[in-house]
Amino acid sequence: MSEPSHDRRHHDDTPVILATGLERVFEIGQNQVRALRGVDLKIRRGEMVAIMGTSGSGKSTLMNILGCLDPPTSGTYRLDGVRVDELNKDELADVRNQKLGFVFQKFNLLARTSALENVELPLLYDRSGRQMEPRQLATAALERVGLGDRLDHQPNELSGGEQQRVAIARALVTEPSLLLADEPTGNLDSRTTLEVCTLLQELNELGLTIVLVTHEPEVAQYAERIVELRDGQILRDQPVGDRRSAASDLKQLRSKDEGRAA
Amino acid sequence: MKPTRLIGVALRSILKNKMRTLLTMLGVVIGVGAVIVMVAIGEGAQSKIRAQIDNLGTNMIVVTPGSSSQGGVSQGAGSLNRLTVEDAEALKSESFLLSAVSPSIVAPTQVVGGQGNWRSAIFGVATDYQLIRDWPVSSGRLFDESEVRSMRKVAVIGTTVAEALFPGEDPVGQQIRLRNVPFEVIGLLTEKGQTAEGSDQDDVVLAPYTTVKNRLSGRSFIAQILASTATPDDVAAAQEEISSILRERHGLADWEADDFTVRNQTDLAATAEETTEVMTLLLAAIASISLLVGGIGIMNIMLVSVSERTREIGLRLALGARSSDVLRQFLVESTVLSVLGGLIGVGLGVAGATILGRLTGWATLISLQTVLVSLGFAASVGIFFGFWPSRRAAALDPIEALRYE
Ligand SMILES: Nc1ncnc2c1ncn2[C@@H]1O[C@H](COP(=O)(O)OP(=O)(O)O)[C@@H](O)[C@H]1O
Ligand SMILES: [Mg+2]
Repeated sequence: MSEPSHDRRHHDDTPVILATGLERVFEIGQNQVRALRGVDLKIRRGEMVAIMGTSGSGKSTLMNILGCLDPPTSGTYRLDGVRVDELNKDELADVRNQKLGFVFQKFNLLARTSALENVELPLLYDRSGRQMEPRQLATAALERVGLGDRLDHQPNELSGGEQQRVAIARALVTEPSLLLADEPTGNLDSRTTLEVCTLLQELNELGLTIVLVTHEPEVAQYAERIVELRDGQILRDQPVGDRRSAASDLKQLRSKDEGRAA
Repeated sequence: MKPTRLIGVALRSILKNKMRTLLTMLGVVIGVGAVIVMVAIGEGAQSKIRAQIDNLGTNMIVVTPGSSSQGGVSQGAGSLNRLTVEDAEALKSESFLLSAVSPSIVAPTQVVGGQGNWRSAIFGVATDYQLIRDWPVSSGRLFDESEVRSMRKVAVIGTTVAEALFPGEDPVGQQIRLRNVPFEVIGLLTEKGQTAEGSDQDDVVLAPYTTVKNRLSGRSFIAQILASTATPDDVAAAQEEISSILRERHGLADWEADDFTVRNQTDLAATAEETTEVMTLLLAAIASISLLVGGIGIMNIMLVSVSERTREIGLRLALGARSSDVLRQFLVESTVLSVLGGLIGVGLGVAGATILGRLTGWATLISLQTVLVSLGFAASVGIFFGFWPSRRAAALDPIEALRYE
């Protein structure tokens, strides 16, 4: 069960993401939209990277390629040292299942389905035979995100923040090499945003590599590195000077709330 | 995914929308139910015919006018009826193998007597008729040879006629009038029940064929000659013998075909079963049309379901489902839907056939084979009509599906 984490330590020097010259061109009738125009990106194991940029700058397009949901028009992409830009559809599905975890802006939980079963979902498609005990693994993942007492709740019985935590548990349950989150806090208020960021930082501290897209500068400050896109190219790629701790920000917010209540 | 798991997932998503599921299945439920009821009626009739024909005795031979076409039996709508009373008499005197021969002249007519009128069939037959049909009287007696020879106006009646004309009385010794000719009732036949085709065998008046021919019908051509052999083993040879006697009497040259048809019980059974088999098939075909309509209903709902669940499909693909997993999921779902409908349909069909049988008195027969075939048919309907929607689901692009509102 802990084999992937051993792996992680073993190849600590291979970057999780090594992309060079990524281009993505959409053909719409006669027109061509060049959503990505030569992106080089290297992300080391254990990093937490925020991708920023104006709307239409290519963030989602990049995330889709990194998430093996969409092949690049040209360029190479190595995930965990393996070329994935040449894999076929089924092989990509297996890579997504075994190496990647997704968190979406809109949670994308199955309605009228318990948290536990939502988290089990990716294990249903496991072909490697690694995952023997879906129920236990899903329970553990939900406990990890602090929802050990909500196993049987359905999405409509959970708050937005809780739903996103279920989604994070679903992304974690397969022990992925990389967690991809496209605007994970886009649908959350400031307080639950902090809760989710706290969770992501905790997971990152435990060694999980995280790439998240956000347009909120405050959220980006919790990452250790910010990549800014413009017109399909990387405009800036900088470490975060004074990385903030979401946990302490959350604590501060709570005491402020209590002060106001008193 | 393991098959049990797949079915579990399918059941779960089907049960999420119970009302819709029920309405979707209704077509298949009705289709399978109808197939079961129809086939039950058809097979019931078939088995009843088989039983009745077996009951007639295996050594009866029937000669009818007109040639038989290959395979089936043509009653020869246009063919000349050349079977005569004399043919029957010749068979009786010349044959070595036949133990009993009787012509059968049918004259439908009004029977007047006792309580009033009754329309029935008068059969002009010989004394052997009773032997061939194995049909004793319950009261009185059948006419004898001398009464046949002297064209006596005597009749033996069936129970239906007796009840219509002489309710609650013994008809023996009573008078009836056939076409204004008075006949004396000398016997009452035992009850025989319905034929496989549903006609009442007891609605009958038997009289000497000589009397019927001369006083009622006036024609010498007859509808049938009935005969029987002493043992079933003689039947085949007796048929040959009949054939050669009749060919000679009719002056047929070697190259000419028979102008009559000789059939034994097995032939009769085959013909009757063929007829009901066709009927069963026809009924089943009509009923399966509603099964097809049910399949279209399933396809419709599956298409709706695929577009409603586009985001779910996108999610599953993102989490590592292959297109084939999605295809399988929806295919299993439509199949589970139709098989579930089929099971309910079997239940309703069995109940329906039983109730119908009770209410109408028709024989109904439900075989395991019918149940399995119609369930299999329902399942194939689900697979067939679920295939296109499932293909659409499997062909979705994960990114576009996830973005779908
Ligand atoms: N499937 C697509 N077909 C055509 N154009 C697309 C498609 N996806 C994205 N684009 C275009 O590519 C550009 C980048 O889009 P996107 O990556 O979604 O930007 P962002 O997520 O940064 O807002 C935009 O101009 C968008 O219109
Ligand atoms: Mg976007």
